[in-house]
Amino acid sequence: MSDGIGARVKRKEDKRFITGKGKYTDDIRMENQAYAAFVRSPHAHAKVKGIDASGAEAMEGVIAVHTGPELKADGIGDIITGWAITSRDGNPMKTGVWSPLVTERARYLGDAVAIVVAETEALARRAAEEVEVDYETLPAVVGAPDALADGAPQVHENVPGNLIYDWELGTETATDEGLARAAHVTEIEVTNNRLAPNAMEPRSAIAVFDEAEDHYTLYTTSQNPHVARLVLSAFYNVAPEHKLRVIAPDVGGGFGSKIYIYPEEIACLWASMKTGRSVKWTSTRSEAFMTDAHGRDHFTKLKMGFDESGKITAFKVDTIANLGAYASLFATVTPTYLYGTLWSGQYDIPAIYGTVRAVHTNTVPVDAYRGAGRPEATYMIERIMETAAREMGMDPAELRRINFIKEFPYQTQVLLNYDAGDFPTILDMAQKAADVAGFPARRAEAEARGKLRGIGYSTFIEACGLAPSAAVGSLGAGVGLWESAEVRVNPVGTIEILTGSHSHGQGHETTFAQLAADRFGIPIDNVSIVHGDTDKVQFGMGTYGSRSGPVGMSAIMKALDKVEAKVRKLAAHTLEASEDDIVIESGEVKVAGTDRKMAWHEVGLAAYVAHNLPPDMEPGLKEGAFFDPVNFSFPSGCFICEVEVDPETGVTEIVQFTAADDFGTIINPMIVEGQVHGGVTQGIGQALLEEAVYDETGQLLTGSYMDYAMPRADDVPFYVVEHGCTPSPNNPLGLKGCGEAGAIGAPPAVINAITDATGNNDLQMPAAPARVWAALNTARAPMAAE
Amino acid sequence: MYDVHYHRPSSLEDALNLLAGADESKILAGGQTLLPTMKQHLAAPSDLVDIRRIPGLSGVSAEDGALVIGAATTHAKVAGNPDVLKHVHSLACLAAGIGDPAVRHVGTIGGSIANNDPAADYPAAILALDATVVTNLREIAADDFFAGMFTTALDEGEIITAVRITPPKCGGYAKFRNPASRYAMVGVYVADTASGVRVAVTGAGEDGVFRHEGLEAALSSGLSAGPIDGVSVSADGLLTDIHGDAAYRAHLIKVMTKRAIAAAA
Amino acid sequence: MAEISMTVNGKAVKRSVPDNTLLSDFLRENLRLTGTHIGCDTSQCGACVLHVDGKAMKACTLLAAAVDGSTVTTIEGLANGDLHPMQKAFNDNHGLQCGFCTPGMIMSGVDMVVRYKAEGRELTEEAIRHELEGNICRCTGYHNIVKSIQQAAAEM
Repeated sequence: MSDGIGARVKRKEDKRFITGKGKYTDDIRMENQAYAAFVRSPHAHAKVKGIDASGAEAMEGVIAVHTGPELKADGIGDIITGWAITSRDGNPMKTGVWSPLVTERARYLGDAVAIVVAETEALARRAAEEVEVDYETLPAVVGAPDALADGAPQVHENVPGNLIYDWELGTETATDEGLARAAHVTEIEVTNNRLAPNAMEPRSAIAVFDEAEDHYTLYTTSQNPHVARLVLSAFYNVAPEHKLRVIAPDVGGGFGSKIYIYPEEIACLWASMKTGRSVKWTSTRSEAFMTDAHGRDHFTKLKMGFDESGKITAFKVDTIANLGAYASLFATVTPTYLYGTLWSGQYDIPAIYGTVRAVHTNTVPVDAYRGAGRPEATYMIERIMETAAREMGMDPAELRRINFIKEFPYQTQVLLNYDAGDFPTILDMAQKAADVAGFPARRAEAEARGKLRGIGYSTFIEACGLAPSAAVGSLGAGVGLWESAEVRVNPVGTIEILTGSHSHGQGHETTFAQLAADRFGIPIDNVSIVHGDTDKVQFGMGTYGSRSGPVGMSAIMKALDKVEAKVRKLAAHTLEASEDDIVIESGEVKVAGTDRKMAWHEVGLAAYVAHNLPPDMEPGLKEGAFFDPVNFSFPSGCFICEVEVDPETGVTEIVQFTAADDFGTIINPMIVEGQVHGGVTQGIGQALLEEAVYDETGQLLTGSYMDYAMPRADDVPFYVVEHGCTPSPNNPLGLKGCGEAGAIGAPPAVINAITDATGNNDLQMPAAPARVWAALNTARAPMAAE
Repeated sequence: MYDVHYHRPSSLEDALNLLAGADESKILAGGQTLLPTMKQHLAAPSDLVDIRRIPGLSGVSAEDGALVIGAATTHAKVAGNPDVLKHVHSLACLAAGIGDPAVRHVGTIGGSIANNDPAADYPAAILALDATVVTNLREIAADDFFAGMFTTALDEGEIITAVRITPPKCGGYAKFRNPASRYAMVGVYVADTASGVRVAVTGAGEDGVFRHEGLEAALSSGLSAGPIDGVSVSADGLLTDIHGDAAYRAHLIKVMTKRAIAAAA
Repeated sequence: MAEISMTVNGKAVKRSVPDNTLLSDFLRENLRLTGTHIGCDTSQCGACVLHVDGKAMKACTLLAAAVDGSTVTTIEGLANGDLHPMQKAFNDNHGLQCGFCTPGMIMSGVDMVVRYKAEGRELTEEAIRHELEGNICRCTGYHNIVKSIQQAAAEM
């Protein structure tokens, strides 16, 4: 079926984007639009002793200047974190208070101290420069281990020692025993470098307050408009939900950074009420570097024990995670239940134990960024496996094969129960596609040219398709993670699918439509997807965590099931046949083995005209469904990276990158490949190029593309992408999700390849040329068994 | 950016009058550096004098065996000019590697060297080629022109009108790009000129472009890579930042010198 | 204030704007042509690339006043009834995901194809990747963008 499940359908949404007619938030302008700019702390840590806005307020075109204490006095609530984590001593976690605008203390560079509203954006920004803030600077702490040291500056008075929680998972005694009896123990330390997400569209918000109705509308660059509405209403007290409409129009990428409800959206909503004007704010890229949630930032010590044959006996982890100045929405779960639960990787590990200490520092809040916890887990596991293979003189693929989980379902030692997978087949597939057999010859040829070639593996699994509501609730989540859909068949037979998912690049307007086209055999042009507007679409949890396939599409399937059931019943009644004999295909509803049929559009019409409905059937043809997964989904894969390092400069060229993935069923291979390309490129970016760096006073050294290295077209090759398939048994289509895999699996493959090329295993991300050159020119950590 | 008065004079004389007549006026050539600086509020001239379309200020011509490049000539034009390609091929290559295609369509040679960004490419070319900077008031030798990062010998009311280059016997440029900005982290221009072999280094120095005596001495009998290994390049006065320390840059200077020599062949 | 006249997408346009108006703001705010996007503030991301007098330039790094008298083509003006081969190629090859960098990618793509043809040079994969140095994409990993440009180059 050319538009159905499995087809490479070209994207319906492309037309507006390729002709410049997309409607992103900054493209929208209200009548009589006013603009906001923020006064931001230039210090990483400072008391705000006073604010004098008189100079700014006197400027022509300035409408108002408002501050944190005023916002608080109006009852606007503090920013919440959505997941309660309990420390291993049984105590609940401690987090500092996060007011949308600073009330007493600024705690990171860029912390918003006041909002300025003016007639133009330029005026607002000029006026912001004229607001005088009396700061008393305080010592700042930037690095997570430093934040835990005795005598470190305290970021929040109510979080002693800056320690938010000290969490554990697994079985400590069994793990220590497993390490003690191991024939070989490998021990390494890894840094998971701090990243700035950098969706190409900066954040933007337009708040409109309708005084006559006491109603707010917020246009926002959000991955989850309903969640934004819920949080703004229930926690930030902006307005009751039914008086707040949130619209996420075209959104230019998110990668997690647009999940959260930031200070700016809250302040703009409140300011629109205070000033009686619609208030619009668009971030500059410099602001984005300072204020969009960063990702990753872990320090980890790890130990893995092996028996004589190379089978893992135990695995122990100790992580320090930097959450930044305030705990953001998913910040507390990213280094715990999205991380620790993946400590088994693809391997059968009988004993696992780890601890995670999360800390506050004077840096911008850290939260989920493509992969959220799973890249951090994958990186350290795949690095230690490769390291161990080298130490034990084993082939790294062989070591993995020996330890692969081979039977499913598999209950790990860290809560998760993997449903389906076939790791050896995917590894074979990747090795063949990467021509691993030919590598030694390629290495020799490169050497003759004075270049060092290396090859590196990453075999990874992820928990995606967030998430079973009861399960996450029992682990401390404040929300459920089901998804919703409504399928409306119009009287003339066209279909609208209202989805609680949101598309900000994932192609849902096409892939979701493929489901209906496939089910009823109707042209895909007759199916529209509606998303992103809380007035139009029922409550949904939004898009992140590779969930729009396994959870979002499953909700659509359930709704389609209900529509199909009603269509059968109606057709059976109209055509005087048994429901069992009704066949729906190619846009017709027929009685099998006869020529009695109705065209698809006739069914819709019959339902709405309602002249001849079966008894007890309501008119109309519209069904809704909510899908709550019973388990996470478990995409897995094997990535093989081949690099060439220039020993004179330390520059790494990615000469080949092979991605073999098992995403279960694939709805649109073209879209899925695109997700892999993009995710892998972000993973390569993390491994080779990117790092968000603060100096010791908390100034951001990487505040623009001048210093933050983004992957560009000449940094990466064409990718080789293969697919295996073990369908997930836990949703109707067998989907596992694909959005994060590239970012999760790629970094260790790259670093394993570079360390293979240089012969020095001691290398941290990003492997920038200077670092690789240093690794080539300093004393080496022994690579092979002595 | 802050408010500014924009002027588009149609002659050099008008441009000079406008520059003289305002408190804080600046020349706007391509603006590919000036405008971003103004957008970030790091520069706030009261007046901008756009010289891009003044007749005679752009274009490449030959004059007594030398190439004369108008100050307002874009990088793309220099990169594609047949005379430059033929007589100073290394300069065309350098111009073809500045920024990106969109920047090259607008940015100018005059703007680049007047700004003297310590990571810009052209200063290395001017210095290595022993070029002459021609202004409305005088001619300035390359060795006298660059006076430290973002500083030149230009006086107030002085505009670069052209750069005069005597084609070298051979020359080459190699640039190690900053992974983030793609500017020269280390750029080395090597040229065998009438006054001997000159080696100019951009990107690496704390104070902007400089010549390296040791490398020049090693190449005094011709551009071959062999003697480079024996040269000691000091890390003193070189930049250390998150992209690499001074020792790494010192090492890269030697590597890029060898690559510039290879490019010259 | 500057009195500006230029041709935008084939239409003569005349406006009076403050001297410090960037071409990108002129297009987006004055003419409400919002297809030219702003992705950074250091002139590096390329989301604002359009054509001025037939050449690719960054709208965020040009004063509208400096473009007075010129011919400007934005992404909105590329199609001529039918989609331009570059636009069609991006759709054929899934060369876009969120679409934000896409206008700049398409305009840069057209520029490089035209230039290489005029100079008689082959637009290889390596050349395309190099020519895209001033265009950053976060979604696609460039794989399908390069393929899109390759297809359009063969057809233009």
